[in-house]
Amino acid sequence: MASHHQFSAVKGAKVLMVGAGGIGCELLKTLALSGFQDIHIIDMDTIEVSNLNRQFLFRKSHVGLSKAKVARDAVLRFRPHVSITSYHANVKNQEFNVDFFKQFNVVLNGLDNLDARRHVNRLCLAADVPLVESGTTGFLGQVTVHVKGRTECYECQPKPAPKTYPVCTITSTPSKFVHCIVWAKDLLFAKLFGDKNQENDLNVRSSDSASSSNHAEDIFELYKDETIEQYGRRVFDHVFGYNIEVALSNDDTWKNRNKPRPIYSRDILPDEPTKQNGNSDKNCATDDQSSFSAMTSLGMKNPQEIWSLMENSRIFIEAIKLFFTKREKDVGNLTFDKDDQLAVEFVTAAANIRAESFGIPMHSLFESKGIAGNIVHAVATTNAIIAGLIVIEAIKVLQNDANNYRMTYCLEHPSRKMLLMPVEPFEPNKSCYVCSETPLSLEINTHKAKLRDFVEKIVKVKLGMNFPLIMHGSALLYEVGDDLDEDMVANYAANLEKVLSEFPSPVVSGTILSVEDLQQELSCSINIKHRDEFDEEKEPDGMVLSGWHQTSLEKGDSSKTLGNGESISTPSATEADKNEDSDIVASGRKRKLDEAPSSAVDISSSANEANSLKKLEELDDDDDDDLVMLDDGDSAMNKKKRLQ
Amino acid sequence: MDGEELTEQETQLYDRQIRVWGADAQRRLSKAHVLVCGIKGAVAEFCKNIVLAGIGSLTLVDNRLVTEEALSANFLLPPDEGVFAGKTVAELCCDSLKDFNPMVRVSVDRGELSSFDEEFLKTFDVIVVSCCSLAEKKSVNEKCRNLPKRISFYTVDCRDSCGEIFVDLQHYTYAKKKLEDTVECQLSYPSFEEAISVPWKAHPRRVSKLFYALRVIEKFEEAEGRNPGETTISDLPRVLKLKKELCESQSLNEAHIPNALLERLVTNSKEFPPVCAIIGGILGQEVIKAISGKGDPLKNFFYFDAVDGKGVIEDISSKP
Repeated sequence: MASHHQFSAVKGAKVLMVGAGGIGCELLKTLALSGFQDIHIIDMDTIEVSNLNRQFLFRKSHVGLSKAKVARDAVLRFRPHVSITSYHANVKNQEFNVDFFKQFNVVLNGLDNLDARRHVNRLCLAADVPLVESGTTGFLGQVTVHVKGRTECYECQPKPAPKTYPVCTITSTPSKFVHCIVWAKDLLFAKLFGDKNQENDLNVRSSDSASSSNHAEDIFELYKDETIEQYGRRVFDHVFGYNIEVALSNDDTWKNRNKPRPIYSRDILPDEPTKQNGNSDKNCATDDQSSFSAMTSLGMKNPQEIWSLMENSRIFIEAIKLFFTKREKDVGNLTFDKDDQLAVEFVTAAANIRAESFGIPMHSLFESKGIAGNIVHAVATTNAIIAGLIVIEAIKVLQNDANNYRMTYCLEHPSRKMLLMPVEPFEPNKSCYVCSETPLSLEINTHKAKLRDFVEKIVKVKLGMNFPLIMHGSALLYEVGDDLDEDMVANYAANLEKVLSEFPSPVVSGTILSVEDLQQELSCSINIKHRDEFDEEKEPDGMVLSGWHQTSLEKGDSSKTLGNGESISTPSATEADKNEDSDIVASGRKRKLDEAPSSAVDISSSANEANSLKKLEELDDDDDDDLVMLDDGDSAMNKKKRLQ
Repeated sequence: MDGEELTEQETQLYDRQIRVWGADAQRRLSKAHVLVCGIKGAVAEFCKNIVLAGIGSLTLVDNRLVTEEALSANFLLPPDEGVFAGKTVAELCCDSLKDFNPMVRVSVDRGELSSFDEEFLKTFDVIVVSCCSLAEKKSVNEKCRNLPKRISFYTVDCRDSCGEIFVDLQHYTYAKKKLEDTVECQLSYPSFEEAISVPWKAHPRRVSKLFYALRVIEKFEEAEGRNPGETTISDLPRVLKLKKELCESQSLNEAHIPNALLERLVTNSKEFPPVCAIIGGILGQEVIKAISGKGDPLKNFFYFDAVDGKGVIEDISSKP
């Protein structure tokens, strides 16, 4: 195994690691120990306390510093002669273009989001550099090898879309705790502390839609003559009392549902301002804006505990007070952040009060934080195992040992005695628009949809492009770039507002649009088909892309798409449990282990599934042979001979 | 700082893993005491994993001085001679590990594995031994089994691109999630000696070739009085002869132990760092399971070989 051939392949290799987090720390260590001499590492993140339980290259004193830089320094301490180049930057930056990628012999991904994985996949394809991709969730993990033309690319197979919830479930008829969290985080929190101008469904009710638009403008504004306490109670009474009363007046809604109970602050909290029996001084002891805590103010400590309705109500009011008094500057531009303690406290309390109102069990802050933050479960051991497997595959790639490439699954429960299960990689999917340039088709209402809708919902979200260029024949409709002159920018901005069928060369049924991303060097053709009507619940985008498979933005990115009043997409940790969690583990397991492909999986991939099972059998049988046929000589050699 | 304050700190630090195994398992971890003997690459990986996980205490035993070989796969050792001169492997690893997680007590014991008595061993919940002789493995395992308290015992070894873990949890009761319910399960483990004494004919079908190959080498080293890992390519003819004899006496087809595999294992006794990461990761996971009493534990051997990429569990127990 550790032959001279292997040694020189490793020693002469220049590798790019993307991600210096859970997998990244382990990977950088194992690469350095294995004799790699030239390693480049990109990560845009800084270190957080919750990383320290598994990202062993980081210490408490490093919190706030660049992961890529600290990881480099830490590894140099035990392997000082390795050349490690760190980049504290987003891999999607333009500096990391195809030419940048071309300098590497192999790219190793240790990423945590679909968006960046897709981007790196495209650059690797364009630069023709092999990619070893990985992911972990809890005790599950997976490593795959992507070599252009030889194995499938990262996007050849569908990735499960994040869970989305119909708007009315969130605004009117929650039935699970996660619905309350989405309401608290994406509607209420955004309304109170985020951008006031963004559209928000919080007040829209079928019964009072006529009056709501005016009424809504001021209800969440702080009046000049009221205290923050009064303001907090007014908001409380409006969202947990008045809004529920209004909803109750619509009998149809509650025919087959349990009616919610309106909750007013006067019934829960005493009239006088909440007394503080906790340590509020602690809140003032620091300048760090993010360290204010309503729990600390109220003397509450255990995040695992489920608060009573009264405790939730007190946290709700206290959090509003702290935001408006201690973090005034933030109010108006906040977006929910799972590492913002006060934001998590507010969302937990608001979700619990709403849950209580709808007869849904309440949850602890710890659990709420996991759901609201889409926190992926993570342990050091799985990351270490996966990093080891990445290095094994990377060495095969460097030796061009294509017959032995494997994708490997790390399982929680053994399958055929195996905890680590290698499977032969799949061939490229011929219908993949990313690596096979297959045209896509798009059903859309060309008389109503604007170019903006197409750019936002299809080009950015579905196709994952950052710097798109859209052409109709020779006419350039839209382009994003740093080097455009002002006229062009103005022209494109005007185009965005045009309805598709109203362009000088109209975009109608039969039109073929060409969409390109210059950074990713990806282009694809989209056949347009006009359609009048779309199902609001099932097709919330008002358009349907097909010909390949559909994916949408992953966890964490979803909050940005909120407030458009069409679909609220928030996968939760609890939902994810059932869905087998992070995207790549799930997709792998689906293809390999599940009997029935889920509805999202198209025919071509279920064919692949059968194919993979067949391959698995072949590998297995082969092993059987080993036991009876091999006397001596190189077992791998014999295996190859028999397969010929 | 009072007790509750610490809980807050722990919850914050261990947030992501508590989401995997629960607060109760985390509390049990923080009360467990682990002993490791023989710190090469795979054990260094294991130590890192359980220190990060927040084990109560970790005691290190390895009185070797640092050599080129010791440095090769062990990232806990500083490569600077100015730092490592005069210190033992255990002392140096201790310094590095303490730094990983200030909440874990990491210490060194200067004793020798063979001289540890039951009084000493009983202060631990988990004992992991590595790079020691067959006799030492058996003896420590037996001492553990003689104690009234149940101690989880593991051996771990990596050679070339292969690794082996052995597990003895004695009579072990644990909780397992079945659909929505949690059910109680029980397992009985054989000792190391019992497991390797099971007649090969009585083995389940298709036991990993590595099991047999490592038994041959173990036997060879014992017969020759070698330290573990001291077998070299020049010993190959005699190792192959011993294999033949063992296969004959156990009525095992010689093809079950490919000569190429034995050759690989004696040619390069150095560890392969990616395999250390994998074996150390699996062992870490198993020890965490055993301490928390949650989830199916491994019974009773685990093998990984980078050549075929399989990580396989073998259950080799004498049938009652």
